[in-house]
Amino acid sequence: MNLDLVWSSLPRLLDGLVLTLELAVLSLAIGLAAGIGLALLRRTGGAGRWAVDAYVFVFRGTPLLVQIFALYFGLGQFEAVRESVLWPLLREPFWCAVIALALNTAAYTSEIVRGGLEAVPRGAVEAAEALGLRRAAVWLTVVLPLALRQALPAYGNEIVLMVKGTALASTVTLLEITGIARQIASRTYAPLEIFTAAGILYLAINLLAVVGVRALERRLAPEARAAARR
Amino acid sequence: MKRLILAAIAVVALSTAVDAYAQSRTVRIATEGAYRPWNFTDASGALVGFEMDLGRELCRRMNATCTFVAQDWDGIIPALQQGRYDAIMAGMSITPRRLEVIDFAGPYATDATTFASLRNSPFAQIKAGDPLDMAEISADEKKTIDDLAAQLRGRNVGVQISTIQQQMLEALMPGVRVRTYETTDAIALDLVAGRIDALLVDRSALKAIVEAEGGQGRNIQAFGPAFTRGVLGTGVGVGLRKQDQDLKRAFETAIGEATRDGTIARISTQWFGYDISIRN
Repeated sequence: MNLDLVWSSLPRLLDGLVLTLELAVLSLAIGLAAGIGLALLRRTGGAGRWAVDAYVFVFRGTPLLVQIFALYFGLGQFEAVRESVLWPLLREPFWCAVIALALNTAAYTSEIVRGGLEAVPRGAVEAAEALGLRRAAVWLTVVLPLALRQALPAYGNEIVLMVKGTALASTVTLLEITGIARQIASRTYAPLEIFTAAGILYLAINLLAVVGVRALERRLAPEARAAARR
Repeated sequence: MKRLILAAIAVVALSTAVDAYAQSRTVRIATEGAYRPWNFTDASGALVGFEMDLGRELCRRMNATCTFVAQDWDGIIPALQQGRYDAIMAGMSITPRRLEVIDFAGPYATDATTFASLRNSPFAQIKAGDPLDMAEISADEKKTIDDLAAQLRGRNVGVQISTIQQQMLEALMPGVRVRTYETTDAIALDLVAGRIDALLVDRSALKAIVEAEGGQGRNIQAFGPAFTRGVLGTGVGVGLRKQDQDLKRAFETAIGEATRDGTIARISTQWFGYDISIRN
């Protein structure tokens, strides 16, 4: 392995870093909001529960690559889609990738949030109700904070998975880190060095993500909050 | 006596070894399997096409047993270097950049490169099909290329990743926004969907796109000159590791014979509908 080539390819790969971060941050933000919404919708029971379960089943049960291809190449084939108001968005590979990634992470996130909600102790809710808090207040000040804190470690894992998932955007012509790596590799015929460099960049992003989530976990831990109050 | 026996054993051992070598000369040939009609995968999953027929013909002449393996295009050279197979027959053009890392036998075929757009695009008005040999570019030809580059400036043009067409756009038309795809089918889909304004591919790949079964290619047509040589290389050859000079000589001989006796022309006409063999 030629280490010089690894280092010299890093600056060019950094051009793709911004796009990778944009894809990850946007899709995670949309996916988190949608995931919480879905988890709450699921608790309404009946048709809501059925619809969310079906959505999660489909998006968790099919490969992300298939979802991106279906959205990008599949939908683009229909003239009705090409003439719809959505086309300016779906025409762009960037938005196709963001939508596919967001739909995918929303499914996983809703399951993570569901786990968090189910872990909220019944006693805490009863205590809040006994204090005379309204339903909305119980949810906003007791249930959701406890549920999200509970869900945070699992969600950190989802962030890491999504950062890696953005690599699939290279299959729909986007030049994020992996896309640029493939371009350079196609010219230098040195895939080992180039993809090693790309791997280092993904590791760096995910290191920051993991450290950030850990710090947030510590801040939100009951012991830390109790200590801060003393 | 003892020495005689030993000598006899040695001779027998040696001759069996030589026989075994001659018989076991298997050449593993890699192809993409997604580049109709050069090489593609039929409904049963088997690799078929011009290069499969030609490969078997060359191997027959070389007294070798050949097996074909499918390998994605963008990893096809690295995997050759790693020894996963011994040769590449995948519509691969011989270019200076590729010659830095591997060797070639041939060329055994050559095909022009052309732009294409949808029929209702303004580009479809540009005259198509004039041959433009880029080995030596005249002043007139330079103007033709520059005019085309000016018209395509800022437009999205699709190419297959890591191809001579990608190199040509980057070298001659730097103002064009190049979009890279894994297969030529994917480029056609995006042209029809209106995500790109034009594509740049081999004439044969364009023919395959236009005649594709789904019918989505029927609104695609060529525009601009039929480019050959120069940045596009000297033709399509068999990709080989630099150290395999014996194999290169064997392929060179077989390709030379098959070109002269018209075998390549015959196989070519069968798959392309025209002759892409090298006749000088």
